[in-house]
Amino acid sequence: MITLQPRQDVSWQLTMAVPIAAVIATLILGGIIFALMGYDPVSTLYEFFVKPLSRSSQIGNLLVKACPLILIATGLIFCFRANVWNIGAEGQLIFGAIGAGGVALAFPEVASKWLLVPMAVAAMLCGALWALIPAVLKVRLKTNEILVSLMLSYVASLFIDWLVRGPWRDPASFGFPLTPRFPDGGLIPTLILPVIGRLGQLHWGVMGAVFIAVLGWFVMRRTLFGYQVRVLGDAPRAGAFAGFNASATTIAVMCVSGGLAGLAGMVEVSANIGQLQPNISFGYGFTAIIVAFLARLNPLSVIIAGLVIALAELGGDAAQISIGVPKVVTGVFKGILLFLLLSGETLTRYHVTLNFSGTLSGLRRTSQGQGRADHG
Amino acid sequence: MAVHKKNPAAGEPLLRASGLTKLFGSFTANDKIDAEIYPGELVALLGENGAGKSTFVKMLYGLLQPDEGQIYWQSQQVQITSPQQARDMGIGMVFQHFSLFETLTVAENIELALADKMSRDELASLIAERSASYGIPLTPDSLIADLSVSQRQRVEIIRCLLQNPKLLIMDEPTSVLTPQEAQQLFDVLAKLADRGCAVLFISHKLDEVRQLTERAIILRGGRKVAEKLSRSESAASLAEAMVGESIAQIERQPAPDKMQPLFQLRQAERPARGPFDVSLKGLELTAHRGEILGIAGVAGNGQSELMELLTGEWTAHSSSGQIMFNGQDISAENPAQRRHRGICFVPEERNGHAAVPDMTLAENMLLTSHHTGQGASAHLLDHDASSRAAQKVIHSFDVRLPRSQATASMLSGGNLQKFVVGREILKNPELLILSQPTWGVDIAAALFIRNALQELARNGAAVIVISQDLEEIFSISHRISVLHNGHLSQAEEATQMTSQSVGLLMGGAT
Repeated sequence: MITLQPRQDVSWQLTMAVPIAAVIATLILGGIIFALMGYDPVSTLYEFFVKPLSRSSQIGNLLVKACPLILIATGLIFCFRANVWNIGAEGQLIFGAIGAGGVALAFPEVASKWLLVPMAVAAMLCGALWALIPAVLKVRLKTNEILVSLMLSYVASLFIDWLVRGPWRDPASFGFPLTPRFPDGGLIPTLILPVIGRLGQLHWGVMGAVFIAVLGWFVMRRTLFGYQVRVLGDAPRAGAFAGFNASATTIAVMCVSGGLAGLAGMVEVSANIGQLQPNISFGYGFTAIIVAFLARLNPLSVIIAGLVIALAELGGDAAQISIGVPKVVTGVFKGILLFLLLSGETLTRYHVTLNFSGTLSGLRRTSQGQGRADHG
Repeated sequence: MAVHKKNPAAGEPLLRASGLTKLFGSFTANDKIDAEIYPGELVALLGENGAGKSTFVKMLYGLLQPDEGQIYWQSQQVQITSPQQARDMGIGMVFQHFSLFETLTVAENIELALADKMSRDELASLIAERSASYGIPLTPDSLIADLSVSQRQRVEIIRCLLQNPKLLIMDEPTSVLTPQEAQQLFDVLAKLADRGCAVLFISHKLDEVRQLTERAIILRGGRKVAEKLSRSESAASLAEAMVGESIAQIERQPAPDKMQPLFQLRQAERPARGPFDVSLKGLELTAHRGEILGIAGVAGNGQSELMELLTGEWTAHSSSGQIMFNGQDISAENPAQRRHRGICFVPEERNGHAAVPDMTLAENMLLTSHHTGQGASAHLLDHDASSRAAQKVIHSFDVRLPRSQATASMLSGGNLQKFVVGREILKNPELLILSQPTWGVDIAAALFIRNALQELARNGAAVIVISQDLEEIFSISHRISVLHNGHLSQAEEATQMTSQSVGLLMGGAT
């Protein structure tokens, strides 16, 4: 029988080493998979993870790709820390895009960039409202937020599809499911760096995402709200004893996470696409779950974790174009990484002991509690 | 009670343990323990929490395998690999936590454990006959769910006895009983011994060990430190052997001169939330400044429900009645609001309720002080202030940490308890409410905590102690009320009460 015993002491070095080791092990396993598929592992890995960084414009695109991941994962961390499992960030992202797009389309002539402010507010409100549905259902009716938030993602995806094919479709789009383009005021400007100048598609939203991640860290570590989230997640009864309101906290973290996912939706449509269309996200809402765990639920590490995952995504595209590796390999990479990460985390926290004697009675004991082992 | 006289050294030992050692990782739970048990003998296994008592008996009952040492059963070396084998050999065990199916009858529960099948009628008459012969009548077809705790314990005992054991191991059997029920249990055990069955009786209560058993095997820190003839020792000398140092006694402080009411429950009610909840009915209680009010009672009579009502974790929207503090009704307030008024609480469960296991002590300080500005302004945390406050508790209450920056879960039970009690006392509450303040805590820490409570009361605070430990209730309370089946008895002067009178109330007499 396999038993897990909690370790007394977990050093911070070990805690830091786990994500790094997981990334390295993923690369090794990835190389093996490439070899089995008949590709040269070294050159394919090179295409995947090094080539995208070799041109400066590509570095900009990497940051752009990481931007929504960082925003969403920062929000998800609040949920996961509070033991609330929001799996529907994808839908909240879509609703954020709809909110921002609605504001932009309502003012088709505005050129001032101040339009971005009401767009951002609308994006966060819409994302938060979409997250509020599973939150309220959980608090009032004790429904499972994993299922409800996940299913609402599909509703959101169908809803935007209907919008851009129906009421919001641009009459001049030749029948394509597209809204009119946003006015100039509704587009997030590209970021022109001193000395380097333009870096691929790099835009101001990236700076915003980094700021949000730092702010998220501050709120989590330094404010009473963050403390409340951590206490209620770690020990709900202690939270009640402290006088914290668990229902209000559940609703708050879902709103924070939905709001940030909504903001990510705005960044996608307003910086990269410039209008609404049926598909605006490439599963960022789901990928961000991996980012949050790769960052060990720490908003500061989210910046690095977001970049790592974005690199895998970008490399997948590049490798598909240059050597024809199927794009689904990226998904395999993400899966392996998440698996190794979670098992690594378990192994840092627990000793694994194998015990082959008395297997049956041991099993009975664990399943029934010690006192009950002697009967039955 | 039949006093049992048999020379323990006579004849062959029924069971002999030689150098039994059990390791859990690097921790030595049992270190080369030698012990002998003779047929028909009542032996106590005495020790504090964590002394290794449970580990030792689990090895005898086949639940754990020793890492070193041998067990001899009737002079034969044996390896006991499972409880089934132990039962076949003639070793029975009654656990502290019962293992009965509530929805089945007494006879059905016993039938499940029997090795040989027999007809229902046969079994029923056997149960009735055996239980009557030991003076603990049982009705074979009553449902377990309808039985009291002591009746359930009898079912467990009879279930063991039907296997005709030669050795019966009982793990802290009196912890769930009133004094009267405990006395009945002692009579049964004495009868058993008279009929030749040896009893190994685990306990940390010294008086009952002296009353019941002939010999006490005393464990401390995983080792056998002494073996004494129980009756020739005083409770104090047994305690000394158990703890390894001499124990200061605690004395009840004089009651306050003036009785100024501070806190009152008026007809407070709380309906049961689920089938395993106790509903609280018409509670009347007054706590005065400067007094310690003890609330005695057997576990499961509404202690946790009462504590939730008092802390405000369970607020009053479906309850009725009033909770008055300083003349104001606080029944709708949450725990933070009540703390703001100067009421502090220490719940029974240290890890996960009074403290967050994975947080440091400094972070755990905030749990009960986030509303005060100590360690946190309205929204921002002040980590330095929390650390300083934690240090103060650690120093004043002698909390021993395995390392600096330790999380709550790394502390031993006694040290964490000193921390959560100290955290509240240093806030100088006007009223402190504690549930099981010394549960599972070593004797030295328990004394320390009781002394601190007395000092708090001397300085004018009211203290309410909910405890199942009668000795604790009597050693510090000025007045005592008893919680039975969700009902509080009229509090009376402790000097007017005896453990007999409290025991009757605990059993439901009015």
